[in-house]
Amino acid sequence: MTDFSPAVIIERKNFDALFNALKQMGYHIIGPTLQSGAIVYDTMLDLGDLPVGWREAQEKGIYRLVKRNDLSIFGFNSTPQSWKRFLHPPTQLLWQSKKRATNVTIAENVWKAEKLAFLGVRACDLKAIEILKKVLIDSPYTDTNFKKRSANVFIVAVNCSQAGGTCFCASMKSGPKVQQEYDLVLTEVVEKDRHYFAIEIGTKRGAEIVKIIPHRDAKIEEMENAEHIIENTITQMGREVDITNLKQLLYNNSEHKRWNDTAKRCLTCANCTMVCPTCFCTMIEDVTDLTGQQAERKRKWDSCFTLDFSYIHGGSIRPSVYSRYRQWLTHKFASWQDQFGTSGCVGCGRCITWCPVGIDVTEEITAIRAIDNTQQSNILTKEKQ
Amino acid sequence: METLEPLLSEHPFIKGLDPKHIQLITGCASNVRFDAGQIIFREGEEADQFYVIRQGKVALQIYTPGRGSIIIDTLTDGDILGWSWLIPPYLWRFDAVATELTRAIALDGKCLRNKCEADHDLGFELLKRFASIVDSRLESTRIRLLDMYDSNGNK
Amino acid sequence: MIATEINKNLENKIAVEMIPEFFRILHVQRDTQDTFTLELEPPKSGFTFAPGQFNMLYHFGVGEVPISICGDPAINDKLTHTIRAVGTVTKSMQKMKKGEVLGVRGPFGSHWPVEELVGNDIVIVAGGIGLPPLRSSIYYILASREKYGKVVLLYGTRTPNDILYRKELEQWRARFDMEVHVTVDRAAADWKGNVGVVTTLIQRSHFDPFNTVAMIVGPEIMMRFTIQELQKRGVVPENIFISMERNMKCGIGFCGHCQCGSTFICKDGPVYPFKAIKDILVKREI
Repeated sequence: MTDFSPAVIIERKNFDALFNALKQMGYHIIGPTLQSGAIVYDTMLDLGDLPVGWREAQEKGIYRLVKRNDLSIFGFNSTPQSWKRFLHPPTQLLWQSKKRATNVTIAENVWKAEKLAFLGVRACDLKAIEILKKVLIDSPYTDTNFKKRSANVFIVAVNCSQAGGTCFCASMKSGPKVQQEYDLVLTEVVEKDRHYFAIEIGTKRGAEIVKIIPHRDAKIEEMENAEHIIENTITQMGREVDITNLKQLLYNNSEHKRWNDTAKRCLTCANCTMVCPTCFCTMIEDVTDLTGQQAERKRKWDSCFTLDFSYIHGGSIRPSVYSRYRQWLTHKFASWQDQFGTSGCVGCGRCITWCPVGIDVTEEITAIRAIDNTQQSNILTKEKQ
Repeated sequence: METLEPLLSEHPFIKGLDPKHIQLITGCASNVRFDAGQIIFREGEEADQFYVIRQGKVALQIYTPGRGSIIIDTLTDGDILGWSWLIPPYLWRFDAVATELTRAIALDGKCLRNKCEADHDLGFELLKRFASIVDSRLESTRIRLLDMYDSNGNK
Repeated sequence: MIATEINKNLENKIAVEMIPEFFRILHVQRDTQDTFTLELEPPKSGFTFAPGQFNMLYHFGVGEVPISICGDPAINDKLTHTIRAVGTVTKSMQKMKKGEVLGVRGPFGSHWPVEELVGNDIVIVAGGIGLPPLRSSIYYILASREKYGKVVLLYGTRTPNDILYRKELEQWRARFDMEVHVTVDRAAADWKGNVGVVTTLIQRSHFDPFNTVAMIVGPEIMMRFTIQELQKRGVVPENIFISMERNMKCGIGFCGHCQCGSTFICKDGPVYPFKAIKDILVKREI
């Protein structure tokens, strides 16, 4: 961090140079693109794909694109899908094999290392990537393909200049300011007569990219202004949730009345697990051709909301909607802490936006906390005394 | 019989009873022995006695046409066999067969029944003890009713 | 802690990722109507495991299932699995013959606390298909019998026709230094053994509850009631170990299927000290 100047300014007109520099260095750039009425992270062929001047209106079960009254590039918040699909793909071929009598040969599908650059990673999503690394790399066994994919991704992170309707990263302490490691982090500043990016450099290769594009050292007021914008974002959060002792709260309330209410609404459609940037569950699919001589093993995204997920001979361990919703919420906010040392939620709000019946995790937690059974039992014991 | 009193009074079923009650009970007791395969009682017969098994094994069976006799419980050393003498119409509901050479103490249920009617304290003490035995047999039966070793998950 | 150390030592045996290695079937034994035992031939480097661990067994083109290893841990040129045919994959495995090959990934999971057993009385309670995972620990114990106090095996199953390892049970019962009791839920009239739920055998066994370590495997209901009964007798929760089961797909902690509360059965278990899993056993649909 001491080798390079801590902060620089890049004017909007020179943002293209950043993109081109990455492209020339051979990076496969993935960034926000305008497609199908949404802002979606996808391969960027050129800057024309950027959602310039767009933002979303997000609420429970609602996602709409809305035109901004300025030309911000990163003036939106959370996309329908996170960066997860590029590091932990929805379908992965693990191996293919052939069998001749009793001779079996297996060819592992080795993922070729690719130079990936993620353009515009929000604080919440960046934290989510770190969480996935903990789950899939820091385990007793390592997901070697995930490790390869996620190593050396060039991260151009973005501090959010506005918060979305379902955002609650501030409550989850994962944003809006980027806290994880990055190559470059941008704060977009759009003023009446100026449009620029205040950039902090996090790595040597980040510094090298900056060197070759038009930039200048940032003035202290400019960086303070950027800080101000981020602080302002905190006040705009669409949602808030109290996470004090959240782990114990959920552990102690496994029979709470609220689960009944939510169970009546939840369709177990699994949308929330698909859009969540940290959900990692997969199923293993073994297939064969008609001759039975060739077989393949694939790994696909799965969801704890399906009835099959917990099936063992005799039946599913979690047959009711009640138990499946409880499993997901408790895992995300409580058990994850015991398993991986962090919360599983980064407050991106995608699950709230994309739930077709508008179930809001912050509402659920608040409702459970309102009649915390631990408190109830403590009151009862006091009364007995 | 006098010689049975020290033996019976140590049995958990009898232990703790009033000495005069213990005397009452041992007054109705006698030593019995069943050879392997011997039928102790049959379903439908009058339940006049119950047994404290000293040593051996007794199988409780139900006969079903087509399937033959099915063993639904086995009792061994220290177990109490039979409480139908307490419950009207005082008839055995199952067959009891000695699986191997079995020695037991037979207690005259009919006689004890009358004594219980006369002395409710004795009656209450005996019923408490039988309730406990019935409870553990019922638990064992209920768990087996679940057929938990079955893999098909038939509900 | 111990589980990780053991796994590290076994890293060099089998590809610990998602690719199975194929072993030849040396012998197929039909145990009962729905249960069979496969003896597999591991590679020349051998196959070592700790009692209580499991493998993911793959029938080419059909699918993969987690099965406990039930052979003698001291013998590493043979790998034994007793399998119950309950689903598509296991039913297709039931048709396999000697000479065919079976995919193996493993060994995975935690193991029985065999070091903690030393100097204690041991009570092993097996229900149904719970006997195979305990058999490997019985072999381990009998291999250095002098290190342990009393050894008691209690085994319950559905009917006399479902009794596994009959010959071995008779051999163990014939030993002077091992107590073996077998019971069935019901039987035909020619059965000379016990009939009753397996917990009823605990009263009759001889062990010092204050110095006893218990290992229990069976349907969850059976394990719950057995734990209650053992505690009634005076065995302390710290000394009770059980083996849990859940849906498993990867066996290595990635797919998320085997989670039970905050624990992953494939890597934190399947063997657990009762204290660690106590709260989960009483919760429903966890």
